[in-house]
Amino acid sequence: MLVQNLAILVLAGFVGFAVISKVPNTLHTPLMSGTNAIHGIVLLGGLIVAGLGAEGVLDKILLVIAIAFGTINVIGGFLVTDRMLSMFKAPGRAGGSKTNQKKEQR
Amino acid sequence: MSRDVVIQLLYIVAFALFIYGLMGLTGPRTAVRGNWIAAAGMGVAVVATLLTPGMGNWWLILLGVAIGTAVGVPSAKQVKMTAMPQMVALFNGVGGGAVALIAWVEFRESHGFDGSPAHVAVASLFSAIVGSISFWGSLVAYGKLQEVITGRPVGIGRLQQPLNLVLLLASIAFAVVIIGGGDAQLLIIGLLVASAVLGVMVVLPIGGADMPVVISLLNALTGLSAAAMGLALDNTALIVAGMIVGASGTILTNLMAKAMNRSIPAIVAGGFGGGGSGTTQATG
Repeated sequence: MLVQNLAILVLAGFVGFAVISKVPNTLHTPLMSGTNAIHGIVLLGGLIVAGLGAEGVLDKILLVIAIAFGTINVIGGFLVTDRMLSMFKAPGRAGGSKTNQKKEQR
Repeated sequence: MSRDVVIQLLYIVAFALFIYGLMGLTGPRTAVRGNWIAAAGMGVAVVATLLTPGMGNWWLILLGVAIGTAVGVPSAKQVKMTAMPQMVALFNGVGGGAVALIAWVEFRESHGFDGSPAHVAVASLFSAIVGSISFWGSLVAYGKLQEVITGRPVGIGRLQQPLNLVLLLASIAFAVVIIGGGDAQLLIIGLLVASAVLGVMVVLPIGGADMPVVISLLNALTGLSAAAMGLALDNTALIVAGMIVGASGTILTNLMAKAMNRSIPAIVAGGFGGGGSGTTQATG
């Protein structure tokens, strides 16, 4: 099982390297935010450890915090990325006027 | 049995969505859609995990998700556009904090990894160290950008690097003792505290202008800790998503540093190397 998982780990690493080769400078921050949201997958770790049995009170408290943290990471991450990207939308597209306002605010 | 297969298949769908979404995020035209595709992948992964046979403690899970939603949605919606980088730092930090907390609970539930295979203990402790560094480092990064802490580099001069090395070695030493059979609560708390102080000490001497690169670096680290947690829990979704973020985050950190004409070692070591010039610039 460990060897299989290590194989998956190495392959996933190369996928990660391959996906990010050329990124325009303006997209660096949204991309950072997007990958940040994806590592919110740690939420699954919290769900599994909590769901398959946490005994003590302290363990339960710690897990609730961990799940809350993971949820914040996922939901907040994707929402913030979307808001950042709304600044890059072409003016002609839907919501263009809104986008321009945001640009001016900035 | 068959439910395990369904879960694994759903995980495969989730990876595909993550990778496709990330590919979209690298282009200006496809970025918005890419973000939502990745979010859909996350939804699939969460639903699949909740199908795990023997899941219980639903109230705990519901409570955690409810608190997370109640905190996450308003803070993401209300944050000002100019305050985005520190918000990302904060979200990254809580992700790292989640990893560290899970590793701590694992330690407690298994009585110091007593009877666990060696790789479970190693991977869990690795994720505890990196998660704790990432949590506290990100909090400092947030504080600096939000100007709760001064944006200027704060350091203790030449002692900085030896101290950081000592803290790193201390964290590893705690881990080695735990793997060697130690099961005292103080060991894991010591490990978490040592790596927490390390996270604070590494980020404090870095100037505000370099912060985005540091946040990206911490983001990659949190990804790695998630992948390690996946190895410990034997969960492919965590391994794949964590490692993709670990790898792509590293590349992205490099790209960001290059775009600013900086190198990552120079930034991380900035506290004592370029600290002087950074101070004068930041005050202006």
